[in-house]
Amino acid sequence: MLQRYSVHLILALSGGLLVYLADQEYLSLYTMSVLMFMGVNVILSASLNLVNGYMGEFSCGHAGFMCVGAYVSSLLGVWLFAKDKVFGAALLNPEYALYAFPFVILAGGIAAALAGLLVAVPSYKTRGDYLAIITIAVNYIIISAIENIGAIGGSRGFMGMKRLVNSMEDIIELPWMPIWVFIFTVFSIWLIRRYVSSTFGKGVSAICQDEVAAEIMSVNTNKMKTITFMLSAGLAGIAGGLFAYILGYVNPGSFNIMKSTEVLVMVYLGGMGSLTGSILSAVLFTFMLEGFRFIIPLVNDFAHQVHLIPDSYDISPVWRWVLIPLLLIILMQFRPEGIMGNRELKDIFPRLKKFYRFK
Amino acid sequence: MAQTQVETDNAPVLEICGLTQHFGGLTAVNDFNVKLMPGELSGLIGPNGAGKTTVFNLVSGFYQPSEGRILIDGIPTAELKPHKVTALGVARTFQNIRLWNDMTVLDNIRVAQHYRLGYGLFHAIARSKHYQEREKEIAQEAAELLEVFDLQRYANDFPKNLPYGTQRKLEIARALSSHPKLLLLDEPAAGLNSADVKELIRLVRWIHGKFDVTIWMIEHHMDVMMELCTQIKVIDFGQTIAEGNPEKVRNDPAVMTAYLGDDVI
Repeated sequence: MLQRYSVHLILALSGGLLVYLADQEYLSLYTMSVLMFMGVNVILSASLNLVNGYMGEFSCGHAGFMCVGAYVSSLLGVWLFAKDKVFGAALLNPEYALYAFPFVILAGGIAAALAGLLVAVPSYKTRGDYLAIITIAVNYIIISAIENIGAIGGSRGFMGMKRLVNSMEDIIELPWMPIWVFIFTVFSIWLIRRYVSSTFGKGVSAICQDEVAAEIMSVNTNKMKTITFMLSAGLAGIAGGLFAYILGYVNPGSFNIMKSTEVLVMVYLGGMGSLTGSILSAVLFTFMLEGFRFIIPLVNDFAHQVHLIPDSYDISPVWRWVLIPLLLIILMQFRPEGIMGNRELKDIFPRLKKFYRFK
Repeated sequence: MAQTQVETDNAPVLEICGLTQHFGGLTAVNDFNVKLMPGELSGLIGPNGAGKTTVFNLVSGFYQPSEGRILIDGIPTAELKPHKVTALGVARTFQNIRLWNDMTVLDNIRVAQHYRLGYGLFHAIARSKHYQEREKEIAQEAAELLEVFDLQRYANDFPKNLPYGTQRKLEIARALSSHPKLLLLDEPAAGLNSADVKELIRLVRWIHGKFDVTIWMIEHHMDVMMELCTQIKVIDFGQTIAEGNPEKVRNDPAVMTAYLGDDVI
């Protein structure tokens, strides 16, 4: 009984607590946005792990699919439910925004999954480094295409999503964005977990470990690759949609190769083929990014006091972009398999198995 | 006994007619013909580079033949992808063992049933009743197969940690897990010591009796071939140079020339 429902219970409690804290404004808006980005990062790293970890391909254009999802769900949401200078008056009554919101996000995910075909189809014949180059190209194709569509703002970006978020909160007075982010994060992890733990989904690991043997032992490799790429891209699209609504603003520049690299770092930090690792590293990575924002000024003040650096120079928080990649180098040197290797939580703490079941 | 079966059963499991394969300017297989009857245990030998593995790769759908036809149970397979050919009932092992080393032994057996899982992505994610029933059956069948092969104690180990001989055995078990009509064994005795080879001979004979499967094998160990096979085909430079029962092949001058060179005779 306890084993069967403990995960549900923990999720319900933590979700409920989060909503309560947000609702009562015990958590500042800043803390809330960090927590929400953490959810988005968890989806991103878990979904990229599906391709890079479980399937053993090297995709480094994940942000491209995120971009598709972000734009499609933003445009769709604003077109349907908000007054906007691009689309004019709202098509539907904003009262329905709350109920339609998950479908708007899912629509972004579906569009991103279709964009995933841009990588899936070449992957039939190409793999390894060559496929990696294709994924970078796809990332650029997507952001350049959007940059060149002037009607939706081009490189200046697109906004208006805050109005939708506000109208959701007008209907029922709850912090809806944290709720949706939480739900979609759990949904994504659950989806991936079920996929890779079925015999069907283990065909993906078979492709990773020996593609020739997989094909000979009756795994339809092209089909499995298509499903996996589309699923991964689709979840990235969902993450993108949430990202857009959290910020209330999207521009193609925020989905460039830098963003893709960030996701890659999370996957490799956590460990290939480990969902627990992906979650853990996404949480850690988000904390680290935000933590350096405070630590670096402290270090700066301290260095000034002990006259370590000249008064005319300040260590700016941008230095975190030097420190985090440096951390990656250290990680690759000393623990290339990441925090978790390809193990899950239950492989490290076998005794925990008695207390939870997640599928 | 196999001889009588050949006469009574008239539909061949595998029929190859005029199979030719070119790689650039090289002709790896030239006008190869064979007919395997149900229940046959037959061999394919030849010196290194004779084109034996190429024939297997063609049969399992890994290459598209340049010319000729391959029929599995009367169905032409030349255009099919390997996983489709496996679904028709052809399974194989590899010269250098190709197990999935980071999946448990049980999972190795399970995934080899991929073409007949009977459910897809949506069932897997919804964990429908149909999914649960099928997974149960798959797991049970895999466990039974492991037990038959006396591998059940390794069920949760990783293949890379098993002894070499056991890995060979597991690879054969995995191949059988896809319910083949025709089992292709590509040098199953390669790298085994003499005790393991004896064990292998017993294993192959036992599988042949138990699983109702036609076996076609490539092997360099002549003693294995002589003991097991009723029919042997010898190829060299892609050409068939001799065929017949082991005794006949052993004494064929063309075979000796191919293996030992001209000057011996």
